[in-house]
Amino acid sequence: MSPLDLPPRPTPGCAERPVLKERGQREVFCGLTGIVWLHRKIQDAFFLVVGSRTCAHLIQSAAGVMIFAEPRFATAVIDDHDLSGMKDANEELDRVVAQLLARRPEIRLLFLVGSCPSEVIKMDLGRAAERLSAANTGRCRVLNYSGSGIETTFTQGEDACLAALVPTLPETDAKELLVVGALADVVEDQFARLFSEMGVGPVRFLPARAAAAMPAVGPNTQMMLAQPFLAETARLLEARGATRLPAPFPLGAEGTEAWLRAAAEAFGADPARVEAAIAPGRRRAQEAVARASEHLRGKRAFFFPDSQLEIPIARFLARECGMGLIEVGAPYIHRAQMAEELALLPDCTLSEGQDVEKQLDRARAARPDITVCGLGLANPLEAEGLTTKWAIELVFTPIHGFDQAGDLAGLFSRPLNRRLRLKL
Amino acid sequence: MKLTVWTYEGPPHVGAMRIATAMRDTHYVLHAPQGDTYADLLFTMIERRDHRPPVTYTTFQARDLGADTADLFRQACLDAVARYQPKALLVGASCTAELIQDDPGGLAEGMDLPVPVIPLELPSYQKKEHWGASETFYQIVRRLAGKVERTPGGPRCNILGPCALGFRHRDDLKEITGLLARLGVTVNVAAPLGAGPEDIARLADADFNVVLYPEIADTAARWLEKTHGLRRTTVVPIGVGATRDFIAEVAALAGVDPAPLLADEPTNMPWWTRSVDSTYLTGKRVFVFGDATHAVAMARVAAEEMGFEVVGLGCYNREFARDLRAAAESHGVEALISDDYLEIEEAIQRLQPEMVMGTQMERHIAKRLGLPCAVISAPVHVQDFPARYSPVMGFEGANVLFDTLVHPLVMGLEEHLLHMFRDDFEFHDGAGPSHLHGGAPRAAPAPEAPPAAAAEAQPATMAAPVDSEIRWTADAEKELKKIPFFVRGKARRNTEAYAAMRGVTAIDVETLYDAKAHYAR
Repeated sequence: MSPLDLPPRPTPGCAERPVLKERGQREVFCGLTGIVWLHRKIQDAFFLVVGSRTCAHLIQSAAGVMIFAEPRFATAVIDDHDLSGMKDANEELDRVVAQLLARRPEIRLLFLVGSCPSEVIKMDLGRAAERLSAANTGRCRVLNYSGSGIETTFTQGEDACLAALVPTLPETDAKELLVVGALADVVEDQFARLFSEMGVGPVRFLPARAAAAMPAVGPNTQMMLAQPFLAETARLLEARGATRLPAPFPLGAEGTEAWLRAAAEAFGADPARVEAAIAPGRRRAQEAVARASEHLRGKRAFFFPDSQLEIPIARFLARECGMGLIEVGAPYIHRAQMAEELALLPDCTLSEGQDVEKQLDRARAARPDITVCGLGLANPLEAEGLTTKWAIELVFTPIHGFDQAGDLAGLFSRPLNRRLRLKL
Repeated sequence: MKLTVWTYEGPPHVGAMRIATAMRDTHYVLHAPQGDTYADLLFTMIERRDHRPPVTYTTFQARDLGADTADLFRQACLDAVARYQPKALLVGASCTAELIQDDPGGLAEGMDLPVPVIPLELPSYQKKEHWGASETFYQIVRRLAGKVERTPGGPRCNILGPCALGFRHRDDLKEITGLLARLGVTVNVAAPLGAGPEDIARLADADFNVVLYPEIADTAARWLEKTHGLRRTTVVPIGVGATRDFIAEVAALAGVDPAPLLADEPTNMPWWTRSVDSTYLTGKRVFVFGDATHAVAMARVAAEEMGFEVVGLGCYNREFARDLRAAAESHGVEALISDDYLEIEEAIQRLQPEMVMGTQMERHIAKRLGLPCAVISAPVHVQDFPARYSPVMGFEGANVLFDTLVHPLVMGLEEHLLHMFRDDFEFHDGAGPSHLHGGAPRAAPAPEAPPAAAAEAQPATMAAPVDSEIRWTADAEKELKKIPFFVRGKARRNTEAYAAMRGVTAIDVETLYDAKAHYAR
């Protein structure tokens, strides 16, 4: 890393420290929300939630305006007849799927997405997916995963979806780099270019943009996780022989460089070529972050759990933007996949899970300069005088890679900047 | 099972949240899985509330299923009462908890909590948001509104119905409170918005009830009438005419003279709509859709106060279908009772209105079809929870409605002028309507650019030939494009129907004008 005017690094050392584990009321989304970005990524896939009116309402609220653009998701809303056994729920589901596929002939991959209600009544969506796949052979493949709140938190919906894809991926013996996690197309393209310039490849991405173009996997697959919430997907890929290349996540200049270098090392790329490929992006990232972190230096952040992106982002804010960390909360911490991140994370309270009332008490007592939280908490905390950054934007905005590092810092400096501007 | 892309109403527990959030000192413990807290952000983001809704979720997960969930519920009740010290506790289940059958009501009542506990039975797989709100308010009133010693004094009423996440409820309440004050009627309690359990307890200390939103308050008001003898209003004061009727109704219930207020109506609306500027509004064909109360009231405004022709009327809440059917009959149109937006979109396409009055959904449908639209009912997005004073009820509400209904049409007229003069060097298609592009002209096309390709795309797709045997000649197609865009689809359909009737297979300019003469109003 070239020395720009970065602040002195805080002492790393979170790897060994205890984690505050909490249970109680959780102010988080369920995994169904993942549909909102997954359906943009896989362009011929449709996501059919089998659930209640609540599920439909949740997706509608999360998807905002997107819902009016003939989106590729919908809910098969369970009604009284399905519950009372007056109608066979499986026949009903088949009818709804037939209706859907007739309306949307371009769909090649259909996900039946389980919800809390469908799981509590023990609808076997796995069997339904097999049955419907067989009935639509050559036309549309049908897979199943759970996005329910009782099983998944927010981004874990993507993990469950990709995990459902893993058994269907073709087999290969080729040594290929597999990048796992839905990234914005622009970010994916940047990474593909960088890998190619470094001489690393061939590179495949999971998920692919089309159902028919999903990558292959096998004993020589070298896998990089682009997102921190993919524990189950990684486990299944490893079971098919893939090797995970340990690295921090590609957020910020430092994270992106370490992530790229881990791949370069595994593929034996020429160090000079790697440095030449990385240098321009790293320089742009450092300059952009330095500009964007004007309002961030010396400020203290508090993270409520939301997406599992909290630890990598907190690491970036502390090490590249000069921020202090009070508490970093995550809905779930996978110690092995997070090891490289935890080694870099400076001293702070780490919490896993949530008891929202107690966590709010801690935040109020600490008076952080910026609080990262969901939309249900953001305005109430602003009204109490705390500056907030709503967390969902971190999932919907491209933030990975060198050329988004400045934008990532900007997401946090904007609320602080705004507070300085308003004379009210 | 029903294939649903979006829903006009949320589940019934969201209705219960709207009541709890509207009130003070009332807390709702909701037995619900992780994730159901999404509903909080409807209140903190769309309505921009500065507090979290007073709702505690038990947040059970898969590993808790079994005996554990009942304990989770009990603990959540204890924690909520200790932390928030509410004066009344609502308890209930969301859709998933309904399936695991923990019986929140029974569990909470067995706990000997120091506050009144109001159990809510909200059948999630049958009922929806408005029903949930209505039932919750009814249960609260039933439980808390006891007999009270009548305080002496002039005529007094309660205002029932305004709640959280209601379309313009905040300002309607203020407007109607002011109207009642001018009539010499005092407001005893307004509920649920802003009321605490102690206010609900003194509801019976009034002469009558004003029911602003029957969807929310009708059940409770009927109970108060039966149990405490409080009569209730039946007219919803949306529009000048309905406001006058409402004043007459209130005056009769309160025993006051409405004449001074009616002689000095604080509204510009009647003159605005009589002024010659408004003549072009006459007979504009409008499609009206929303919750039954707003749809019925707005259809009357459209027909009697704006001079529009109501060509379609519908609502998404079946509970009030009867009122809507009666109103539709009075306008001579068929009622559309449906919560399936595809049916509503189909009806709008078929009826070819010149304006759509509806919810957020109809706004998007209208946008797709290139039709002007005004939002008159929930569900609505954040922009319809405005910072400025914007009632739709009472006399100021009538002013607001006039502006709301005229603005999209003025814009429509502007767009029409652009089309009429599209061959003019200043008004080529690239100029675009000013309200869509901030007045910044798009790049000017080459002078010989084919006319109106983009603008034509939508109306053309919505008016596919009724009979594929029928062909349009090039001249007739060209002539059709000279017809204003907002009636062009209708002209196309009429002409094709006329051609089919006459057995004409090629429509030429003559056929077009023959058809126009045939269908002339």
